Amino acid sequence: MDHFFPPLDLLDTFAMPWASPEDIIWNGKIVAMGFFVCLSCGLIGAFIVVRKLALMGDAISHGILPGLALSFMITQSKALLPMFIGACIAGLLCSLCIEWLQKKSPLKADAALGLTFTSFFALGVLLITQMGNNAHIDAECLLYGEIGFTPLAKNLKWGAIELGPRPLATMAMVTLLIISIMIVFYKQLLVTSFDETLSISLGLPIKAIHYGLMLLLATTIVAAFESVGVILVIAMLIFPSTTASFFFSRMPAILFSTIPLAFIYSFGGFFLARWLDCSIAASMVVIAMFCFGLAWLFGPVDGVIPKLLYRKVSV
Amino acid sequence: MGMGCGLMGGFVVTRKLSLFGDTLSHAVLPGVAVGFIFSQSKNSFSILMGAMIAGFLGVFLISLIKKTTKVRLDSALGLVLSGFYAVGICLLTRIQKMEFGNQSGIDRYLFGQITGLSTADVLGMGISCVLILLLTFLLYKEMLVTGFDPGFARSVGIPVDLLQYILWMLLAFSVITSLQVVGVILVSALLIIPAATASIITQRMKSLLFWSAGLGILAGIVGTYLSFLGNRLPTGPLIILTSTSFFIITLFLHFRNGLLFKWIRSRGKEQKIAIENTLKAIYQELENHNFSEDTITLGNLAKRRRINMPEAHKEVKNLVKKNLAFLLLKKNQTLPNEDILSLTPEGWSEACRIVRNHRLWELYLTNEVHYAPDHVHEDAEKIEHILGDTTVRKIERILSNPRRDPHGKLIPSQQDIEQGFIEKKVIRTV
Repeated sequence: MDHFFPPLDLLDTFAMPWASPEDIIWNGKIVAMGFFVCLSCGLIGAFIVVRKLALMGDAISHGILPGLALSFMITQSKALLPMFIGACIAGLLCSLCIEWLQKKSPLKADAALGLTFTSFFALGVLLITQMGNNAHIDAECLLYGEIGFTPLAKNLKWGAIELGPRPLATMAMVTLLIISIMIVFYKQLLVTSFDETLSISLGLPIKAIHYGLMLLLATTIVAAFESVGVILVIAMLIFPSTTASFFFSRMPAILFSTIPLAFIYSFGGFFLARWLDCSIAASMVVIAMFCFGLAWLFGPVDGVIPKLLYRKVSV
Repeated sequence: MGMGCGLMGGFVVTRKLSLFGDTLSHAVLPGVAVGFIFSQSKNSFSILMGAMIAGFLGVFLISLIKKTTKVRLDSALGLVLSGFYAVGICLLTRIQKMEFGNQSGIDRYLFGQITGLSTADVLGMGISCVLILLLTFLLYKEMLVTGFDPGFARSVGIPVDLLQYILWMLLAFSVITSLQVVGVILVSALLIIPAATASIITQRMKSLLFWSAGLGILAGIVGTYLSFLGNRLPTGPLIILTSTSFFIITLFLHFRNGLLFKWIRSRGKEQKIAIENTLKAIYQELENHNFSEDTITLGNLAKRRRINMPEAHKEVKNLVKKNLAFLLLKKNQTLPNEDILSLTPEGWSEACRIVRNHRLWELYLTNEVHYAPDHVHEDAEKIEHILGDTTVRKIERILSNPRRDPHGKLIPSQQDIEQGFIEKKVIRTV
């Protein structure tokens, strides 16, 4: 127990990663990856959370496993596109199944959710074990990922331009996509999330928007899972917006606060992992949890301590 | 173990706590890790204690978040789930990099492996199973009441909070004991799926628990057996998939609540309603011409039913099949709309009956229930298909055999039905 927490060497933890240009590029890529994942997930997550779909992310991220396994079986390669398509199909299938069960069967919503994704996941695990050891996707990697391998990945080339390591480039593109969609469809997303009746009367295609969001969610998860693992994705869907909701109650403010939070998470997580020598993705979540705890206690909107103070004053 | 989880699942699913199991199973991970560090070995007891404490902490945090903030339950679950899991992963990866990092045993907690079970593990499972069974028997009534009506339970003096904690404890216990077999992620499946299947089969708690436990056991046995068939077949996922297939079979094929039979029944009803509506439309079309002719054209029928020609053809074909109408094809016709249609005696009496039901009901609503005359049509449109003979007789008696509906239209009488047509005299006099 005594040597579980190594002494905190400030220089080694905080300065050494940035000592030389190579180190800066290497570690910068890791942090950038974390940042992009946090940002894109946080933006989608804000909408997911207000739609009470927080656990849908959990479900979809487990549900994509059979899709990955199948596309690997068919193509016998880890090429990006088939994997992506397989995962998207499985993810959408999973969310469709959940909705169908919720509508048609007498099951309660949460039971339908739990039932579907665990079954999908079980199928995925079964398929992967059937492929044997030549499978390079193992379930563990899916679950907690290894962000530290990001700089190791092959560079993605588009024409003559080097776009950097594949996962990073993909993630950056997905982030861009999400930001642009958020800007273009912001009003529609907002209205459908908060007031279904109003959006029906405005003639907005609710179903299309809902499935669009699900597809976006699936895309993000697929782009992110390989390097950061499912857990970071789920955590990042929920943590930023709930943390921000202790400070702001307006949607734009919550969305914008995802950016500084993503900074804190990615750098904080990186340093924590450096110190403890453990999984980077998981340490990012630990930092996120820590931030959430602080916000919970001190947040001006709904925090515990401000509420206590307020009560004293009013009495 | 299947039985234990099935039983617990019964309570869990009815309380809408399905995802609690999921959260709990992730949340115990740091406990497993800490227990491992503490004992520096794969000592079941310390790991069990650690998992127990972590599970409780998780549940406690969830209820605390729910109590003190506006964060919704699902978000709170997600927060605790991913947060705790991340702590667990941090600790595990740390363990792997430490010198005593013989983590081969701890991997089992993530994915589970039934063949690696020791006798002590089996014993522990047996004990927890017996414990769950015992508590279920002892506290059945209290659990039932608190599960469905906490307000009532509190008013009769049942310690609701205490029971809640006992339930959580049991849940944590069964999750932890099943961890070694199926792993963290799939434990929740064991909790949810048998109970969900049982909830389709039955609505009563006792039989639900019974079914759920039975299905859990069956899935456990079949899944394990299947995993012996192949070389690399993992046990946990196979158990889950077996119980999923049970669920799918029940969902579709269960006689009373299964979707397939429901679909067949509702199709039958839909078809009946469509036929009755067509008959009514034919009657109204005949009425429009003051019953001077006994045929109408298909085009007019389509117009009245507000459907297109192919649809009208299909409807009429159904009528003909049931011997309620016949179709006369005009010779050297140019337009298909001019096909002529006439009712058989059976069709006529059926059409009269429907129109009669409709108009009687409208009259009943306006005269006896004092609805406005322009509000009654919608209601009658639905009830006309369901009204039985006895109800119709009763309404007739109440309204003393009326001949006019609130809109001034004729209500076909029993005599008209038997006669097969409506006399001109009647139309004029009434």
